[in-house]
This record gives sequence, structure tokens and C-alpha cells, in this order.
Amino acid sequence: MSDTEATPDDVRHVAELARVDLDEDEVDEFADQFADILDYFDALDEVPTVEREADLVNVMRPDEVREGLTQDEALANADETEDGYFKGPNVS
Amino acid sequence: MSIFITEETVEGADDGPLAGKTVAVKDNISTAGVRTTCGSAMLDDYVPPYDATVVRRLKEAGADIVGKTNMDEFGMGTTTETSAFGPTENPVAEGRVPGGSSGGSAAAVAAGEADLALGSDTGGSVRCPAAFCGVVGIKPTYGLVSRYGLVAYANSLEQIGPFGATVEDAAELLDVIAGPDDRDATTREKAADSEYAAAADGDVDGLSIGVPTELVEGADEGVKEQFYAALDELESKGATTHEVSLESVEYAVQAYYVIAMSEASSNLARFDGVRYGHSGGYDGNWNEVFGKAREEGFGAEVKRRVLLGTYALSAGYHDKYYRKAQDARAWVKQDFDEALSEADVLASPTMPVPPMELGESLSDPLKMYLADANTVPVNLADLPAISVPAGETDGLPVGLQLVGPAFGEETIIRAASALD
Repeated sequence: MSDTEATPDDVRHVAELARVDLDEDEVDEFADQFADILDYFDALDEVPTVEREADLVNVMRPDEVREGLTQDEALANADETEDGYFKGPNVS
Repeated sequence: MSIFITEETVEGADDGPLAGKTVAVKDNISTAGVRTTCGSAMLDDYVPPYDATVVRRLKEAGADIVGKTNMDEFGMGTTTETSAFGPTENPVAEGRVPGGSSGGSAAAVAAGEADLALGSDTGGSVRCPAAFCGVVGIKPTYGLVSRYGLVAYANSLEQIGPFGATVEDAAELLDVIAGPDDRDATTREKAADSEYAAAADGDVDGLSIGVPTELVEGADEGVKEQFYAALDELESKGATTHEVSLESVEYAVQAYYVIAMSEASSNLARFDGVRYGHSGGYDGNWNEVFGKAREEGFGAEVKRRVLLGTYALSAGYHDKYYRKAQDARAWVKQDFDEALSEADVLASPTMPVPPMELGESLSDPLKMYLADANTVPVNLADLPAISVPAGETDGLPVGLQLVGPAFGEETIIRAASALD
């Protein structure tokens, strides 16, 4: 028996956070699957804390201007543009 | 059931190390002027204005690109069945999957549609289809090959890797794509002038092979039989084998999926239909329009992973899932380092099972995730690995995986070439 609850409301909540609309069938199906998958992920509780040796190196290069995309190239894949800009939906 | 999403030829330079060779390219690797869909309705008509670094290097080396290959949507899958363009059939096992997510690329080589192919490997997506299609696939050390122009799924795990019909072929392609790139700050200076193809000389005399028991135990009997027969062959050529234990790998699949899904939830936030991709043309405010465009553009497996990743990173769950997954990742790395301090390479079956029947694993995502048990630990540890054919069970291909130390590509290529 799973001790991880994944209710349809949980699924709707993360779907809203992730900006993915779901229909009701999908919500129910995901809720069932998420319970199983999250239950399986619970095994991570048994993992000991491990010393992480961060072997990090900064990678730097001179900040020089170089050729990029032209404005036309950058806009070429957009559905809607106006006066050389991307056109998106209303923010409010 | 097609291997390619887009068949279009891009001719390379007149001469170079790959002159006259044809290469198939996975459809998540950007090709200037050629549609690059990632197997998704979201990018159905997306045409990149620039080449990925690996594509530029292919062209400069004289290769001809013959098409963009089918794949699991955004690299998410183990069977090449989650593509918005339909599945690919395994060319050497009728009615079976070619493996995923680079299934189209492996199938292109297996079917003779291309001499060589490029895939990407986030949790085994080059090695799995190589094993299922009976070809050779290499997952390079993290940082060996530039990811510039690869459409990101899980940046900290993924590497572009080569396919070939032989170890030497795959190594030759690796020679061309490997090396530092000033457009990808995660690439390393190592191997700037390596010679991988030359390492495929079949000499395994004195090679020490560690066999992690945890990666053999759970495999199908028929797979195990072929695996041990291949080890016998390596021993007959002078290699020695000994058992090793990797206690941490029991948690690797969980850690892999938590990390990959978390990174995916962030990476795929860019697909909102404004600058490129499917917009749906809806009216309404920003959030409503994006929600609808993404509902239509993403398939079920992509939604599943984006939502689970969002969940794992959300308030209250970050410590429970993401932080513990990072602990598991560090533990896996430590385990591999220890095992590789007493062996030159580690060997296991690439996949614990032979290729599944088409449609078999689609309805049970957890079962599909478990099939990656032998490949994902390598990505967590940032190490190189190769899958080489090791016979058949009931007429279905079996792959043997060899894992090496960081930037030890020559060693795994040499060892694998003894089985060619």
C-alpha cells in the first residue's frame, strides 16, 4: 500500500504551476501513476548523506562581440510578430 | 514505422576524415535550415537558424547528413514509441521496439540507411537502442562532446554520442565530434587530439574487468547467458574478470528520474509558442494561452515528467526528492570510482531484457523506467560507456556494456573491439 498520496487536486496544482492544462481523464490517470512513481522514489529516504567533492573550475573567455542571429533569423519561427518584435499574449 | 522524421540531404565538405560517409542525425540536434522536431508536435515546423557544434564538425569532416531520425519526444522514453510522429520498428526484430530514445538513429545504422548516426544519451538513450538493434553505441564522458545546439532535456546528464555498425566506425565518428567548444562551457580540454578509432585494435591482453553483481542479477536468463559467453571470449584473449559490488546502484534509477524530471521541468518551460513552436493561436492572458498551447503540444510522457519534476522541486518536497537524489548521485560516483580503482573497465549487460514488443510498455511508465537500471548509473557518475553486440537470445539482440574511468574512451573502445 502506498504511503504517498497523489490526489487529483495535487496533480491539478502542479499542472497549474507548470502551465500545462489537463483534461479530467488525464488528471485521474496521472494521479494513479504518480502515486506509484512517488512511492518508488521514497526509497531515496534510505540514501546516506554523502560528502560531495565539488571539483569545479571556472571557464572564462573574453567577452567579445561576435556574429549572432540576424533579426529576421531570430523571428523566423515565431507565429506572430509585429514591427520586428515577438508578439505574445496579454500579460494581465 | 519510419526511421526518419525528415529525409533531407545536407552535403558536407569535399574531403575530410568522413568523406563519402552518410550520417543520420537524431532530431533533437539542431541543423540549420532543416526541420528539427524533437519528436514533438510542439516543434512540428521548427527550423533552426544555426547548426549544433557536432553538425558543423560533421560537415567539416566531409560527412553527408541523410536525415533527421525518429526519437522519443524530447528524449523521454526507452522505446521510441512516445514520438508524436509514431513509433519506429526494430529493423532486426520484427514487431519489436528499437529501444529509445535514439531509436531512429540506431535503426538507421542497423537497416543500412546510414553508415553512421548521432544520438543523445541522458540515461542510456544511445546504449539502449544500440543493444536492441545489434549495433555499437558510445556514451562519452560528460564534457567530452559539445552540447551546443542539442535541445536540452537534462543538461547535467546528457551527452551526444555516436552509432556505428562496428566499434571502429563509432570511434571514428567520436574522433570527429569530441573536443572542447567555446560555445559550451561544460566541455573540457581533454581529448582535443585523441585517436579513438586507432584504439580499436582488439588487444585486451592483461585487461582487468570488474563485473558489478547488482547489474547482472536482475537480467533475463537468456541475456545473462550471452553476457557470460562474451566475458569468456574476452578472457580467452587475455583479459581477467572479477566480481565487484556497487551498493549504490539500487537507488540510481530513482535518483536519475528525479534529477532528469526536475531539469526537464525547467528546460521545457521555454516552450510557450511565442518565439518558436506551437502557439495554438489562442486569445486570453499569458497563463491561459501557455497552458493550452502546452496541453496540445506535449505528449503524455512529456507532461508526466514535467509535472513530476515540478512536484519534486516544489516547496516542501525539494529536500525529500531533489536533495536526496543529489546525495544518491554523489554516492554512485564514489562507488564507481572505487570499483574502477581496481579494474580497467566494468562490464554488464546493457539492457536486462531483450527488445520489447511494440506497445507492450506504453501503459506502465514505472515498468519502462526500470528497464534503464544498467545504463543510468553511468550518467549519474559522468563516465564513458559503450554498448557492443554480444549475440542473440531467441533471435533477439543482446548488448554488452563496458564502463570506463572519466575520459577513458580509448580503454572501453579497445576492450569492445575485441568482441567485434
